[in-house]
Amino acid sequence: MSIPRPQLAVSAVSTENARSEAKSVEIKDLSAWYGPKLAIEGVTISILPNTVTAIIGPSGCGKSTLVRCINRMHEVVASARVAGKVLLDGEDIYAPGIDPVMVRRRIGMVFQRANPFPTMSIFDNVASGLKLNGLADRRTLPAVVERSLRQAALWEEVKDKLGHAGTALSGGQQQRLCIARALAVEPDVLLMDEPASALDPVATLKIEELMQELKRDYTIVIVTHNMQQAARVSEYTAFMLAGEDRVGRLIEYGETSRIFTNPKDRRTEDYITGRFG
Amino acid sequence: MDVYQGSNHMRRKIANAVMLGLAGLATALAILLLFSVLGYVLIQGGSAINLDFFTQLPKPVGEPGGGMANAIVGTLILLGIASLIALPIGIGAGIYLAELGSGRLGTTVRFVTDVLTGIPSITIGIFAYTLLVLPMRSFSTLAGGFALAIIMIPTVTRATEEMLKLVPSSLREASLALGIPYWKTVLRVVVPAAMGGIVTGATLAVARAGGETAPLLFTAFGNHFWSLSLNRPIAALPLQVFVYAISPYDDWRAQAWAGALVLVGMVLVINLVARFFVRGTRMQ
Amino acid sequence: MATTVRERTHASLRASKGGIGNRGDQVFRWVVTALAVSILALVALIVFKMVDGSMLSISTFGPGFLSGTTWDPVFRHFGALPFIFGTLVTSLLALLIGGPIALGAGIYLAELSPGWLRTPLSFLVELLAAIPSVVYGLWGIFVLAPILSSMVEPFLANTLGFLPLFQGPLYGVGMLAGGLILAIMIIPTIAAVSRDVMSAVPNSQREALLALGGTQWEVIKLAVLPYARSGILGAVILGLGRALGETMAVTMLIGNRPEISASLFAPSYTMASVIANEFTEATYDLYLGALIEIGLVLFGVTLILNAVARLLVWRVAYGPTGG
Repeated sequence: MSIPRPQLAVSAVSTENARSEAKSVEIKDLSAWYGPKLAIEGVTISILPNTVTAIIGPSGCGKSTLVRCINRMHEVVASARVAGKVLLDGEDIYAPGIDPVMVRRRIGMVFQRANPFPTMSIFDNVASGLKLNGLADRRTLPAVVERSLRQAALWEEVKDKLGHAGTALSGGQQQRLCIARALAVEPDVLLMDEPASALDPVATLKIEELMQELKRDYTIVIVTHNMQQAARVSEYTAFMLAGEDRVGRLIEYGETSRIFTNPKDRRTEDYITGRFG
Repeated sequence: MDVYQGSNHMRRKIANAVMLGLAGLATALAILLLFSVLGYVLIQGGSAINLDFFTQLPKPVGEPGGGMANAIVGTLILLGIASLIALPIGIGAGIYLAELGSGRLGTTVRFVTDVLTGIPSITIGIFAYTLLVLPMRSFSTLAGGFALAIIMIPTVTRATEEMLKLVPSSLREASLALGIPYWKTVLRVVVPAAMGGIVTGATLAVARAGGETAPLLFTAFGNHFWSLSLNRPIAALPLQVFVYAISPYDDWRAQAWAGALVLVGMVLVINLVARFFVRGTRMQ
Repeated sequence: MATTVRERTHASLRASKGGIGNRGDQVFRWVVTALAVSILALVALIVFKMVDGSMLSISTFGPGFLSGTTWDPVFRHFGALPFIFGTLVTSLLALLIGGPIALGAGIYLAELSPGWLRTPLSFLVELLAAIPSVVYGLWGIFVLAPILSSMVEPFLANTLGFLPLFQGPLYGVGMLAGGLILAIMIIPTIAAVSRDVMSAVPNSQREALLALGGTQWEVIKLAVLPYARSGILGAVILGLGRALGETMAVTMLIGNRPEISASLFAPSYTMASVIANEFTEATYDLYLGALIEIGLVLFGVTLILNAVARLLVWRVAYGPTGG
């Protein structure tokens, strides 16, 4: 059963002002295991540059696992295994000889719970990806930190306290700090695993607005359990579901507007209309 | 109900009061003993301590005065050497156990480290003697420092492992997701986050080693003069206290109390600082 | 500027194949594992050296070493029984006297003390463990021994003198003094571990007995202590291990005479003490070897005791959930 490649509708994708660096991600027949247990199977998706793609589904459907396979974080867990391909701009990141560390520099991630480094200041947090990789240029670093904080819509709030502890901010601010930190290394793709689920509505709204800004420069994939959020922020949506065998599979993928108004698969419709999950 | 009346109830109440009283008494006794020891050290040591104690070398038998300056410096030197050996090994092993130690090798290392804690310090002294003093044909600072290092290692290892395990895995994930290599993640993100506790563990280990006498009896051996070379005997505070305490000279015995005061003071201060330091870093 | 970073970062996914990242990881793993393994090597070396150093004595005296009562460096005949005897007696005395006190304190700290008092009291009890052994010895010589020789021992001699335990000249130093100072020194160990073990007993056990109308002591006796029994036993064994290996304070109070006597007032000698006193005087190999063999026996015994103790303590702290 092949999922047709989504058509590029002018209204769905904003390609104007897109920087040419944002890349596409093609996932081909991806399966992942935790030890002997198969978690997701045979997922194939094409994620377009400069778009926001939402991955939705009930808990346990494997959406987090899928996303963690994109930046090769899945294999950090002992005895975790992956099969299939993930092509970043045409290059398979799982090919032999590819260093996962390099992959993760080009595919950034923001987590469900904000995790700024507690021993570092705001400035150092944002700079950490560059500093710890020996990529920081002392002269340009302040400018890079400012740019990242602006991109994360946090600059105005912290510009006078860059030396304060990263943990001294509110939850929403910490999450934007983590976004700034991820952006500082200039990834091609930004993965967001339920980034607003631990935040209040005001902070959540800020993050959602942020995504619309960011997609001009980056390709964004967001995992969310909140369907309304997916409908608000994304151009494309992928729906996943775990069968009775507890293995997650991709059920349907397409333009967000179509998925939510005219889903092709019965199970998608059931989920969207709230019949389960 | 009838259960609450009668002699049985009385008996139970009395038994309760007696046993609870005994428990409280036992605790009071323990604390009383503590205060007795500390009190005598404070009073006897306090009356014998003066500036000379910290600045003068021991005088020959019969001559009054003198001090334990070389012993104090000696202890510091020995602890320095011991730390130089024990801290890298202890922290490194602690990192291993926390990060890579879930397999059989890890279990073995953990168990053996526990065994190391229980080895009598005099046995460690014998070991250092056979390993270093015999081949070097001399008592030495190096042998003394080595013996103290062995005593420090298990404490440092266990503290490091436990503190590292307390660091939430989200920190590790955040760092890895930024494309920071694993080894840098551990050394530059995880370990710094646990640093407070690790320093505390190391400090407590140093405090314990500073008070040890037995392993120094035939390694550092003691010295009446200044000694700064690694392969000659060196004076140490607990050693000096021991020698003076069992001597028949009043003057020396008084100085033994003074030495005990310095020792206890050092240990107490370090323990207090370590405890409150831990409380402080918890605020992260 | 931005593009420079990007160019540097994104040169190629392949760029660091086996490059900095990987090599760094390998080196790191290697170094850290080596440091951990060095501890294994260290302990193995200790065992080896102890056995090796004892070889001469073992081959000369055989198992008779442990039962021989003569310790004569002049005539080169060594038997370790007096020291084994002294060690056992002082340690047992320490357990008999210090054990109940420590247990009482542990019970008080775990079950009875008001919340605000618990931490400072625990700290004070643990502070007993931080005092260096030589300071205990000093206090023992000038405070404990005089009290013993002027008050306690005459009292015991007058009241219980019909027992061989309390006969003979009163020196102040001797097995009683040694045992008492050891008792004080093992209190913090046993108290702290018992307290931890008892605190680990789930509240459901206590509540069950309280609901039946039990007094506080009955709750302790019938609910907490049985559950924590093996852990407390472990604490006691840990204390015993500490007492056996204790050197300085005992050396300063034991009287240093290698004789077996029935009286607690008599001077004696422990394994650790004879090593401490005579090691540097051992001028020939057999003498040294005999002392090292004593050290080996001490090592072996404390090893076994500690292993058993830890097993027991682990079982209560992390072990079977009581239903």
